[in-house]
Amino acid sequence: MEECVSWAETAVQALIESGIQQMIYVPDNALIPLINGFRADGRLTVFSASREEEAIGIACGAFLGGQRALVMMQSSGFGNIPNALASLAVPYQIPLVMIISERGALGEYNSVQVPITRVIRPTLDALGIPHYTLTHPDEVDFIARRITTQAFSTQQPAAIILSALLTGGKQDR
Amino acid sequence: MTVQARFGGEVMNRLDLTRRLIALLTHGEAIVGGIGNSNFDLMGAGHRPENFYMLGSMGMAVPIGLGIALAQPERRVFVLDGDGSLLMNLGCLPTVAQVAPKNLTIVVWDNSAYQITGIQATPTAEHTDLVTVARGAGITNAEWAKAEEHFEQLIEGALHEDGPHFIGVRVDQSPGQARPERDPVILKDRFMRGIGVKATQ
Repeated sequence: MEECVSWAETAVQALIESGIQQMIYVPDNALIPLINGFRADGRLTVFSASREEEAIGIACGAFLGGQRALVMMQSSGFGNIPNALASLAVPYQIPLVMIISERGALGEYNSVQVPITRVIRPTLDALGIPHYTLTHPDEVDFIARRITTQAFSTQQPAAIILSALLTGGKQDR
Repeated sequence: MTVQARFGGEVMNRLDLTRRLIALLTHGEAIVGGIGNSNFDLMGAGHRPENFYMLGSMGMAVPIGLGIALAQPERRVFVLDGDGSLLMNLGCLPTVAQVAPKNLTIVVWDNSAYQITGIQATPTAEHTDLVTVARGAGITNAEWAKAEEHFEQLIEGALHEDGPHFIGVRVDQSPGQARPERDPVILKDRFMRGIGVKATQ
């Protein structure tokens, strides 16, 4: 029956079992099954933030207070967070996990989504933040668990990028 | 009418009020000090293990305090931040209203200036009333402190009544003299041990 479990259910389960207790998000279509999954589970504190940078600050506070937090955003929202990563999470060595749903690739119809997506990986690399791109449901459980464990063991932020290969992305109507 | 004229209370001193706040804390309350003078006077009032000092990430004091408050529901959390810092991230106020942590209090030291970069005026000097902004965002327990004793009453209220609370304070432009340590990892570690989420050996 395992093939009936969606990638999103697998991710929610893996992240909760890895100790995530707060999930703060700015929504995106591709994130809907995750947002709904975390809300339905009921074990986490789940809420939206006005801006992605704020969500990073909340996640840092969660860790300072003894909890583990996950931040979810769309690729364009990543453009709002480099300073919070560079002057808070990274130098203070505060771990958190980010899930970034990737637009601007694999069939993007809106040109303004494309350049920021080119910025994400070089920025994460420049900040020394490990990141993995999920493209297939088979990878979800292993990467979600391992990246979360590594982030909190080594006291550093980490990112999971969701490719349209996994989520289906967003197509023009 | 300027905000100052509408406000009508005293202009107070940040270091004095930081000391008055700390004197009222008896249950290991956490304090998040925003960048610049909020932080300098928090240090100047005497280091406490439950203080977290920001060195950068302007605008993140309230979000950090919110995250701590949610993770530590039995502990009161105070965020001390300046008007310039809050203006950078006003979107955090609706988030606080939406999540409604009972144990979070935001204190804004409003000197109507970006003091540390050369005292350039902020919009709170003549236009923006941050307490009204907080109320509009949905934080109903939002008030200007009119004088030192009134500030202490508001803090007592924040310690004994459900929040979130927002306390606006008009302060002068005296620069803070103290400086927190500039090692971020040590600041994090001290705070986490100070509130007992990391074991002290």
